[in-house]
Parts: sequence; structure tokens; C-alpha cells
Amino acid sequence: MGKSLKLIIESLLFSSEKPITIKEIHSCLPEVKTSDIKSALKVLKYEFEAMGRSFGLREVADGYQFRSHSQYGPYILRMLQKSPTRLSRASLETLAIIAYKQPILRHEIERLRGVDVGGILRTLLEKDLIRIMGRKNLPGRPLIYGTTKRFLELFDLKDISSLPKLKEIKAFGSEEYEPTPTREKSSPEEESSQGVFDKETGSGTTN
Amino acid sequence: MENNIEYEVKLEIFEGPLDLLLHLIRKNEVDIFDIPISTITDQYLEYLNMMKSLNIEVAGNFLLMASTLIHIKSKMLLPDYGEGEEDDEDPRVEITRPLLEYLRLKEIAGELSERDLLDRDVFTRRLSPLLKDQLQGEESLLDVNIFQLMDAFKRIVEERLPGVPLRMQMERWSLKDKTSQILESLKTNEIIYFSDLFKEDITISEFIITFLALLELVHMGLVRVFQPDPNEDIRLEAHFEDDEEANHGKISEVNN
Repeated sequence: MGKSLKLIIESLLFSSEKPITIKEIHSCLPEVKTSDIKSALKVLKYEFEAMGRSFGLREVADGYQFRSHSQYGPYILRMLQKSPTRLSRASLETLAIIAYKQPILRHEIERLRGVDVGGILRTLLEKDLIRIMGRKNLPGRPLIYGTTKRFLELFDLKDISSLPKLKEIKAFGSEEYEPTPTREKSSPEEESSQGVFDKETGSGTTN
Repeated sequence: MENNIEYEVKLEIFEGPLDLLLHLIRKNEVDIFDIPISTITDQYLEYLNMMKSLNIEVAGNFLLMASTLIHIKSKMLLPDYGEGEEDDEDPRVEITRPLLEYLRLKEIAGELSERDLLDRDVFTRRLSPLLKDQLQGEESLLDVNIFQLMDAFKRIVEERLPGVPLRMQMERWSLKDKTSQILESLKTNEIIYFSDLFKEDITISEFIITFLALLELVHMGLVRVFQPDPNEDIRLEAHFEDDEEANHGKISEVNN
């Protein structure tokens, strides 16, 4: 099975538009153990690297996806005849706050940026880069914001804990900041912390 | 004339008071930990006046910062009698702290934008639109967000009630009733379609209540919505958690 499993997975990756998760691969290959899928993915990833292709297997948004290397971006853009993704500085700053400090309330974002962010939040919601995670039990029941899977896809991130580490992060934002889990920690960790959050706010989160 | 051009450029740059302050600090080449408050305050106010003279509305947060600056300036002018030992903090930290945070934020935003951005630096394979159409007839369901739901609602209202004038009526349904009604039908049917929720004979107010109830359910994570294709009907699926009690608790909480 060894070789063909690898190639079956490769074909799935090749024909998928979205990053595919190990779970999704497993549902196509129910008879194969997830550990075997994982090692096949690892081999594939290594092989494409070793071949020195213009694209490679990347881990994004908790899944796997073929992505071109950045040095070929200009040519691809020419072929697609479209302008590259652009985010305004204001959007980028707002996203950065939400990414690092989620779950976060609007007024907390505004305190850091010193300006109203209502319009930007709306744009980011429409672009599916942020989502409403619930409401906080405070007067006015303010909305709580967090980032989406699309955010991870856009910024080439494996999961939210693989955001670039920041030195002296404590200087950023309020004292209640907790460092994000290290890269080695697996996603269940993150889910459990979200579970705690759910209890607190009394509302579920959807993707 | 030349000044005007300069103003235009500047006004585009400064999104908020922190931006402006930072610019002034850089322009004057001063230390952020030792801000010459008098100079900076004067220049800051000068800028606000410039905005006013150009008939540009000065946003409230610019004014708030102005008052903060003036407050700090006045504190600095007062002679220090050395009485309050604990109150000895430099009054300027009130702006230094947010400025440092803001600088940090800019740095972080910069780091983010330097990543390999999808559809700017890196690209994924693109399926042809033709193939996508075929596939989407099958099981490849997309997750639908609130905005797509609102579009679908708009379409239904336009289809079913074209040009119907709005009439005010007594509300027959409460949000709570509707929420539990939808949940009930999802319990029995498991899957229902968006348009099923809106029977042809219901009134505008019921339309809206139904929609609000659905939004609330989606929001609470009790219902999941899928749409195979932008033009197709949206599918609703129950997403009950194991603990039924907890769910009921949530609903009543939302409605009180």
C-alpha cells in the first residue's frame, strides 16, 4: 500500500481547492490509519521540497494544501490578470490586534488603535477574516471578535498558535495577555481553551 | 497653494490621534520617553486648526487627545511641591504608554503583512468554474456566513412579497417561540431548507421574527447552515450538543 497511499493522498491534494485536513483524507480512505496518512503527508512534503518544484505542500488552516512559492507570485498574477490581495494598513492593524488578543471586544481594539473601528470590523467580517464569537456578559452585551479559518489561509498559518512569536509581547496590550501556546502544542489544546471561553459567555461558536 | 497640497497628503495619512502624535514625534526627532509636551501640543493643535480651516470635521478622538495633551501640559507647568510621593509619576506616561502600544501594534501588523499572503505572494490550484458547478451539485457544501444568510433573506422577501407595503400588526410571535419552533422541526426532520421556514402565507413581521430566530440559533451554534451553491437553497442542520439541558438554558438566557 505504501507507495499508492502516498499517491492517492497526492491526488486528493492536487484536486482540492481548499486545504484538506487529515480527517477529510481519512474519510476518503477509512481503512487507512491516520498515523499512516500523517507519515505519507510528511513524505510528500519532503519529496516536493527535495524536487525543488515551484510549489510545495504547506500546512495551512489545520490542513494541507499545495501552494506556489512566493518568488513565482508575480508571474501567476500576470497570468490571472488580477491585482494582488491588498489589505489597508488600518485593516492590517485591526486584524493584528484581533489575531493576537482574541477573544476581544470592539472597545478594546479601539483603545489600542485610538480610532473608531466599526467600519473596518464590518469589512473584515464581510471578507470572512474575522467572526463574532459570542457576546460578553457586560452591560450592552458587547460582541466578541476572533479570527476565522480564512484568516489562517490568507496569512499562510498552520493554526492560530503559529502566529509569529513576538519579543516583549507583554508590552503589547493590557496586562491580561497570555502567551499563545508554543508551536509544538497540538490543536486540542486550543479547543479546550475555547471551551472555557464558551462557558464564560454562554454562547457557542460556529465556523 | 503649496500648503494645500501638503495638507491633503497629511490628512490622508493620519487616521487617528496616535498616528498624528507619532508623526509629530518623528518629525521633531524627539525621544518618545521624553516628549517635549509643550512643542508637541502646540503642533498638534495647529494641525487640528488646519483641519477646521479646511472644513474637515475633526473627529472626537482627535479632540479627546487634544484635551489630554493640554491636561498633561498644565500638569507639567505646575510647580512640583514634592508632596505626593505616590503621585510622582511623569504625567506624560498617559500618552507614552498608548503610543508605545501603538508602535508595537504597527510592528506586529508589519510582521503579518510580510508573511506569504495568499493571492499576493503564494497561490493555490484553481478549479475551473465548470468543474466547480458539477461538483457543487454533489456533497461539497460551503459554510454559509451571516451575510450570505441575509442575502438569502432579502431574496425571499423580494420573491414572495414583491412590492408589498409594510403594515403594522400586533406581534403574534415572540423570538423565543420561533426559536423553539425551528428547533422542534429540526429535531423531527434533522435537515430542513431555508425556504421551508418561510411559508407563503406568513406576514412580514413573522418573516422577520423567523429570520431573527434563525440568526440567533446559528449564532448560538445550535443550527448549522450550508449552501451548496450561491443560487441554491440553504440547508439547515441541527447541531445539538449532548447536553440538552444546557441548550435550553442558553435559549432562555438569550430571550430574557
